[in-house]
Amino acid sequence: MSATELRTAGAINQALRDSMQQDEAVVLLGEDIAAAGGSFKATRGLLDAFGPRRVIDTPISEASMASAAVGMALTGLRPVVEIMFMDFVTLAMDALVNQAAKARYMFGGQGSVPLVLRTPHGGGLSAGPQHSQCLEAWLAHVPGLKVVCPSSPQDAYALLRAAIADPDPVVFVEHKAMYAAKGQVDTAQTARIGEARIVRAGRDLSLVSYGATVPVCLQAAQQLAGEGIEAEVLDLRSIQPWDKAAVLQSLARTHRMVVVHEAVQAFGVGAEIVATVADEGFDELDAPVLRVAAPFMPPPFASSLEQGYAVTAQRVMDAVRRALA
Amino acid sequence: MSSQDQTAELLALYGRMALIRQVEQALTRLFANSEVPGFIHLSIGQEAVAAGVASAMQPQDTLATTHRGHGHVLARGMDVGGFFKEIMGRAGGLCQGRGGSMHVADLGLGILGANGIVGAGIPIALGSAMAHAIRGTQGMAVAFFGDGAMAEGVLHESLNMAALYRSPLLLVCENNGWSEFSPTERQFAARLSALAAAFGVHYQQVDGNDVQAVAGAAALAAARLRAGQGPSVLECVTHRVRGHFEGDAQKYRDADEISGLDAHDPLARARQTLLAAGAAEAGIGALDARIAAQIEAAIEAARADALPAFEAAVADVYTPHEEARA
Repeated sequence: MSATELRTAGAINQALRDSMQQDEAVVLLGEDIAAAGGSFKATRGLLDAFGPRRVIDTPISEASMASAAVGMALTGLRPVVEIMFMDFVTLAMDALVNQAAKARYMFGGQGSVPLVLRTPHGGGLSAGPQHSQCLEAWLAHVPGLKVVCPSSPQDAYALLRAAIADPDPVVFVEHKAMYAAKGQVDTAQTARIGEARIVRAGRDLSLVSYGATVPVCLQAAQQLAGEGIEAEVLDLRSIQPWDKAAVLQSLARTHRMVVVHEAVQAFGVGAEIVATVADEGFDELDAPVLRVAAPFMPPPFASSLEQGYAVTAQRVMDAVRRALA
Repeated sequence: MSSQDQTAELLALYGRMALIRQVEQALTRLFANSEVPGFIHLSIGQEAVAAGVASAMQPQDTLATTHRGHGHVLARGMDVGGFFKEIMGRAGGLCQGRGGSMHVADLGLGILGANGIVGAGIPIALGSAMAHAIRGTQGMAVAFFGDGAMAEGVLHESLNMAALYRSPLLLVCENNGWSEFSPTERQFAARLSALAAAFGVHYQQVDGNDVQAVAGAAALAAARLRAGQGPSVLECVTHRVRGHFEGDAQKYRDADEISGLDAHDPLARARQTLLAAGAAEAGIGALDARIAAQIEAAIEAARADALPAFEAAVADVYTPHEEARA
């Protein structure tokens, strides 16, 4: 099948539709996902296509909705849950951390929990401190969970197909500011969870990122190219597991690295990557590994405050110049 | 049903209760002897709930239970050998020694696990009930919970969702009067009957020490569920004989309350009914002896079994690739 142009929300919708057509066990549940088509319209039209048995509107009960999905997954279904904003995942933590993540291991491998929890993170919309957070590092810290975060409509499609097919629980993190972003989507193209991708090759420095800061890194890399600096941009695509080999191989080519993400820097995904590079890539390093991420504060509301909080191409370029100095 | 059939049925219920009682009595000895690692929570005195409810379950049904779940899983038919190996932390345990008492599970029997988080099994059973309805299995899911879980939000949420979806969910509350170390009346301002009524959910209360009463109420609820009439709550009023956990000296309980518990013993009551119905004492004794021998053999096998290997455990957090493809 040839590629068609889709927005990210449309690519997610197509992945859900194709997975549901292929496998009767795939069901969707979440708040306002059926009749209303989802807060960000990712599930629009699916109620009409598959009916209320498989596309289920739930009350505003995140804890029981997510735990019910665990029970469904242990009873032969492949549920895909939508949590309307990643901030609300706090209410579903028992389901994710104590139940879904542990069941396979704790029951001695008797079965697995094929559950996907889709949820949007990220700021830039003046949504304030309880509708903007990037909490993926919490979940990546839990053995038994996988955490995926696409940066393009193509990856949103292919990685969501892979997440739904995966036998283990996957948290699928979408960036709400990217739902409207357009791109070519080839539904025949597959992706494997845990494989990073080089989105721009470069010899001077590696920019490692995921999700919505991948396009920010690309923008920075393009501007830096005008100054004769060639940055490689590596999209992790999956945070747990993360592609350590691809990161270390990129470092072996460039010998300098900056890790970029929108989430708070302290104790974040970047901390894990930098620590691993310091341990296993020490001999390849020509400069300290730097991070560009959010300051240690709640995401702000007012636009002027959000501008100070956001990861911008300018901040990435400043870090690159420091790493090359 | 003829009185002969009734007696045979009660003998079967007694057998299930006797198995649970003798297993847990054996566990008290093993625990005192440091042969059981960690914590165990015993259900001695509450066996009629497990045996009665299990008698209403069919092969396709599923259940989720609590930290005090030995009785429920044994009544459902969990292998006694695999059970002891698990609780004694052995490689051949049903969960390969990774879960222990609070996480015994047998997915093949529809046992979706005991649970270390109070109330957590309720929404898991809800989802399982939804899956039964979606897949058209004619099955039901049973959520066992204690009175302590009545204060957990997920019970309230799950009652609402089960009512909205008319899910085949049987919510079985074992009300033993104690939320861990506190009396229930200090923990819960409402009554379960009123809570069920608030959501329009069918509710029954039974003497949880009368195994025939529990079995009858569970059968009635199961028939309603399988006919698509929506969820049902079954509150079984019973007594916890041992502490919250084994080793708990229960200083917070009145001595008279504890000494009076024998009068409620569900096994003694079932035995009395059996004898009054003309069952032979020798027959009951032989049943008890067969169970005792089965348990002794299971304990010996568990003692002889290997300890789990760390390498295998750490490699099994996610589904291996080969298994995922198949």
